[in-house]
Amino acid sequence: MDSIYIHIILLALIIISSIFAVSYARVIRGAIILGIVSMLVSISLFLLSCPLAGIFELSVCSGLITVIFISVISLTLPPDEKQRKVNSVSMMKKMVLLVLLVLVCGFSLYMLDSKNITFVPLMQNVQESIDTRDNIWNLRHVDLIGQALILLTGLFAVVVLFKKDKNKDKK
Amino acid sequence: MSFSLAVLIPLFLVLFFNLPFYRISGKIAVFIASLFCIVQAFSFFLPVNATCPAVQNLVSYFMLDFQCDGISRLMLLTSAIVAFASILVLYAMEDSDRKQFNFVNLILLSLAGMNGLFFVRDIFSVYVFIEVIAATSYILIAINKDKNALEASFKYLVMSSVATVMMLSSIAILFLVAGGTDFVTVSNMYQQYGGNSLVTAAVVLFIVGLFIKGGVMPFHGWLPDSYLAAPAPVSVYLAGMVTKTTGIYTLIRLFYSVFGFNTAIQSILLIFASISIVLGAFAAINQNNFKRMLAYSSISQVGYIVLGFGAGTTFGVAAAIFHLFNHSVFKSLLFVNSAALEKQVNVSDMSEMGGLASKMPVTSTTSVIAFLSTAGIPPLSGFWSKLMIILALWTADLKVYAVIAILASILTMTYFLIMQKKVFFGRLKEGFENVKEAPLAITFVSILLCAITVVVGLLFPFVLNGLINSAVSF
Repeated sequence: MDSIYIHIILLALIIISSIFAVSYARVIRGAIILGIVSMLVSISLFLLSCPLAGIFELSVCSGLITVIFISVISLTLPPDEKQRKVNSVSMMKKMVLLVLLVLVCGFSLYMLDSKNITFVPLMQNVQESIDTRDNIWNLRHVDLIGQALILLTGLFAVVVLFKKDKNKDKK
Repeated sequence: MSFSLAVLIPLFLVLFFNLPFYRISGKIAVFIASLFCIVQAFSFFLPVNATCPAVQNLVSYFMLDFQCDGISRLMLLTSAIVAFASILVLYAMEDSDRKQFNFVNLILLSLAGMNGLFFVRDIFSVYVFIEVIAATSYILIAINKDKNALEASFKYLVMSSVATVMMLSSIAILFLVAGGTDFVTVSNMYQQYGGNSLVTAAVVLFIVGLFIKGGVMPFHGWLPDSYLAAPAPVSVYLAGMVTKTTGIYTLIRLFYSVFGFNTAIQSILLIFASISIVLGAFAAINQNNFKRMLAYSSISQVGYIVLGFGAGTTFGVAAAIFHLFNHSVFKSLLFVNSAALEKQVNVSDMSEMGGLASKMPVTSTTSVIAFLSTAGIPPLSGFWSKLMIILALWTADLKVYAVIAILASILTMTYFLIMQKKVFFGRLKEGFENVKEAPLAITFVSILLCAITVVVGLLFPFVLNGLINSAVSF
């Protein structure tokens, strides 16, 4: 499992999927690819013995982000062809912005005195229980309840905002 | 009542309501949800570990890693009162059974998230439960699907997402430095690295995220539109509980239990709180729409809570928590009165109203009591909490902020007197001759909330010892 090739393949898949996620014009496709990216990142984090970070990634992206995307898509109308052309940003510009963002974040972290911190390794009990199921069920079970609530809210978002009112339609 | 039940019961109720082979009616859902709110409110008066053995055995299968203190219990009581008021207003205002059903489900989901937030002791779990409340709020605001509601919901979603990114970035940094996300681990790390600029930046990011969620000025852009465009029962719930919980309660919890105070953080809290109090009050004076005026009043009052908390003493925390409770009650009352006006008069522009006191005596009287309490007039509950805030600031040698708090009370009095005069006093405007008092469910809620405001004020010594002192020992 610790083969370096697995990490390289995962990293390559993450980068390729990320590029696809930001380059699709249709938000639904972008959202699905983004879900795949976070799943790959979670796998990578589990393999790198960072189960908590992996769980956080899964929590945020599988539950919350899905609901936010559903909400956003339900609250907006798809653009027509003319608007799409006006709003389109070239791939080159997107990449430049991405690189710029990474540089700014990296520089900020460097400037913010991070070198004076002795970064604490993960808690002993977390390191010992690398098993994913064990981590999810025993260490983060409260978050699972939160996730269940968010997923149910997502379902209600679909029911409440997407479902057409039959009485209105009849009128 | 076991703390886990406060989260699990609403979750299971939603699942029960939506069983595939049988769907209950909206009215039954309203009844069951109201019953749950009453039980939750009364659980405040039970000892922390009081539960029958059978329930204990059942709950042990679902025992969640929750902790409860006085603040959590007081918040549990507040959320139950506000949710109950909101559900009864829904019952009176909404005729569609389907909408009643959907609304109750979303309120229960939000309530489960809220109760979870009161009991978790982990910064990542705090974030998860804040998002549960935020996600349900997006849907609740947009539930009528009209243009204004969708726009307000979208605005809230965008602003809230910015707050989410800030909080997540902050959690990532704190996790990176501390090696864990539970309160004890982060608190220990903060004691060691509190002065480090990376850690300070993370804390400031968290504060700004919470300011956005709480609608503190100048991060309040989404709030007036959301309160205005949301249906009446949703406005009651949003103004009474959502912003106070996601923004202000979380702020108090994090600084009370995790970070503690330092001069830089204290200055940030005091400055933004003062801006919120003064500008919120001035903005409220200039409003002509009833709900929009109440929204700006909310921003101003939230400033008071943050100001009291910013005193940095345990007494300040007690004052802030007490004002949070009081504000939730009297602001819910004012929004219930706004719902009554919406239902009976169907006008929200105050310049088009007038002389309604004779036609709607209960709404008018309870409105007077709510605004007197908001302005801090004795012996109502708002007077005592504001007095505590001012005393906390004075004893912490923050006299300038204490004076700001006193002077801003005059502004509060001004905009509420303008509102009362325009809406209820004077001669009855033409066309309102046949207006009647609001339906029984709404007047019942108004009287209940009004009674809480008066009783808490009159029995202040008992409330201080039994309620506030048990929440925060000072």
